[in-house]
Amino acid sequence: MLDRPDLIYRYDGSFEGLMCCVYESFYKREMPLSIISREEAQQSLFEAREIVTDNAKAARVMKAVKEKISGEAMRLVYRAYLTDLRDREVHILRFLVLGFKCGAKVLKMLTDDRVAILYKAVTRLGNEAELLRGFVRFSDFGGGLVATIEPKNNVLPLLKHHFMSRYPGGSFIIYDKTHRLALVVYKGQSRIVQSDDFVPPSPEMDELRYRAMWKRFYNTIAVEGRENPKCRMSHMPKRYWAHLTEMQEISDSGRLAGDDKAALKSVQEKRGKIKTRAVNFDCQELV
Amino acid sequence: MDTIDKLTILAAAAKYDVACTSSGVDRKGQKGGIGNASSAGICHSFAADGRCITLLKVLLSNSCVYDCCYCVNRRSNDIRRATFEPRELAELTIQFYKRNYIEGLFLSSAVIRNPDYTCEQMIKLLEILRNEYRFGGYIHAKAIPGADERLIRKLGLLTDRMSVNIELPSQESLKLLAPDKNKESILGPMALISQNIAESRELKRYKSAPQFAPAGQSTQIIVGATPETDYQILNLSAALYKKYGLKRVFFSAYMPVVEHKNLPALTSKPPLLREHRLYQADWLMRFYKFNASELLDEKNPNFNPYVDPKCSWALSHLDSFPVDVNTAPYEMLLRVPGIGLTSAERIIEARRVGPLNFDGLRKLGVALKRAQYFILCSGRAVEGLKMSHESILRGLLSDRSMRLMDGTMGEQLSLFDDTFVTREDVLKCLTGQI
Repeated sequence: MLDRPDLIYRYDGSFEGLMCCVYESFYKREMPLSIISREEAQQSLFEAREIVTDNAKAARVMKAVKEKISGEAMRLVYRAYLTDLRDREVHILRFLVLGFKCGAKVLKMLTDDRVAILYKAVTRLGNEAELLRGFVRFSDFGGGLVATIEPKNNVLPLLKHHFMSRYPGGSFIIYDKTHRLALVVYKGQSRIVQSDDFVPPSPEMDELRYRAMWKRFYNTIAVEGRENPKCRMSHMPKRYWAHLTEMQEISDSGRLAGDDKAALKSVQEKRGKIKTRAVNFDCQELV
Repeated sequence: MDTIDKLTILAAAAKYDVACTSSGVDRKGQKGGIGNASSAGICHSFAADGRCITLLKVLLSNSCVYDCCYCVNRRSNDIRRATFEPRELAELTIQFYKRNYIEGLFLSSAVIRNPDYTCEQMIKLLEILRNEYRFGGYIHAKAIPGADERLIRKLGLLTDRMSVNIELPSQESLKLLAPDKNKESILGPMALISQNIAESRELKRYKSAPQFAPAGQSTQIIVGATPETDYQILNLSAALYKKYGLKRVFFSAYMPVVEHKNLPALTSKPPLLREHRLYQADWLMRFYKFNASELLDEKNPNFNPYVDPKCSWALSHLDSFPVDVNTAPYEMLLRVPGIGLTSAERIIEARRVGPLNFDGLRKLGVALKRAQYFILCSGRAVEGLKMSHESILRGLLSDRSMRLMDGTMGEQLSLFDDTFVTREDVLKCLTGQI
């Protein structure tokens, strides 16, 4: 495979798009310097080759990975795509080059940098998803639940099954502010959609009451004499606090503070707005 | 009284129960209901004391008819009392659960009127949750000692986990501090629960009968209120795991909440480091295949405050080391300080495709700082490794213990010398930092 330090691939940012980059690289027998999404490309000075997303090509690559390496490798690659690893696209490509050479045993080559870097990133992804299974905070809007998260990794596909099982047949939205994606579940049907301006509705009286009770419980349950801010911080890093109900300044009495009253006024009109564009391909079976 | 006020009183009364896990059972959400359970457990928040919040941990009531001297809820204590209506607490649980604040409910209670009545109230609440709301989340209930067997059985069928707290680690301590209780009154219900769990597992083979506490049974032992040694406590917990098939034994550093001539003074600090060491040892017994007798004995009945129990074991068994990571069996890898469950598994995987070297081990997540003294890679040790007692000890100490050591002992410390500063000295320095 020819190293092409002068070449950059540009793709649409989707997983299928990335698979098409892999297709291109193998077809042309070349290793690009980097692979960037269209969004990143706008900030880049370099010329880039546009890789058009073709679902048929993507499917061929995925089939080849499963057959020539393993299903487990396919899973790793999809998960690596969801991570916040810098230049993850090229790392995935390098891993696949090695994988097509070595076959299934590539997954055991844990000390090879090309493998280790993906595993490490995927572990971080898994850890963050596990934390968020606990840290997502829903607000109830007359039966529909809405939550906002701000994760480093694209964890929504990993949260989907858990929350659908938690609220069987229920309706809820989890909005990922970092990646501007929303997991929308309506009566047991799910989609992950892109959404640039998601505004959650304002909370109603009952919602505010339960928030206050939860905050009170949170403050009461800690044993004084055992305060340990360091330990709390390591288990519940500060970057999650912005969306944790118990870490907000809210009126503890359960009565409404000034701001809350204003919010309540506007609740009748202001409902959750969500502009959507469906994301192509649902990689459900890979998660 | 408002629900929020009841919640405040009854959560405060429940907070000294340390168990707050939702682990041990996998259950998918059922259509028309709400809630699932995941066997790894899910932490929803962490309180200011650094402990995980998983369940809504409350008492149903703190109006107790008993008068146990170590307990804040004792009849003679002048505190605010509250009791939840079963429906009120069920509704609160569902509302918290819906918002993903909690994984379920941890229900305990002071004894209202008598044990049977208390147990009936708890059952009423859990029936509302399970049958009306079709709640599939996690429920942990404390058995009420002295309640009728049939009621305990009914309670168990509605819960995922049950527990009876031993609290005091010996008969003498019980006699001293809780004269109303004795060994039999605690172990009786524990045996009953473990028998019910066993029978329910048996039945499960034939039909989809409701299961009795499918996530098993747990208990709690208070550490530091009475003079038992770590060795006695560890042996007790080992026996409980074995005899009653317990899933977890929790340790709770004694917090002085009550003034009494038989109890440590109100000003004494909770022995947090000791609690931490006991948990580490508990972990070694449950996951690393250690026996209690390997970790402590009558001659050394307490854990070393400076190094963790695994390092301590390795130091007193230097003749078993070094082991070669490319050939050593899994069980032996687990005993190397710096190699955990995950890295041991990764070593086994990775060495199938080629020999491992030290650089590779680092990539697998092995803590070489500690492990290097105990391992070889294909017959070779780390280059330039100093194998003196002094250097090994420095490698094994955490940074915190290191600072402590430097402050007290300077360069003169020796591994096998037991002239360490006393546990109390260390505790004073460490309290609140673990």
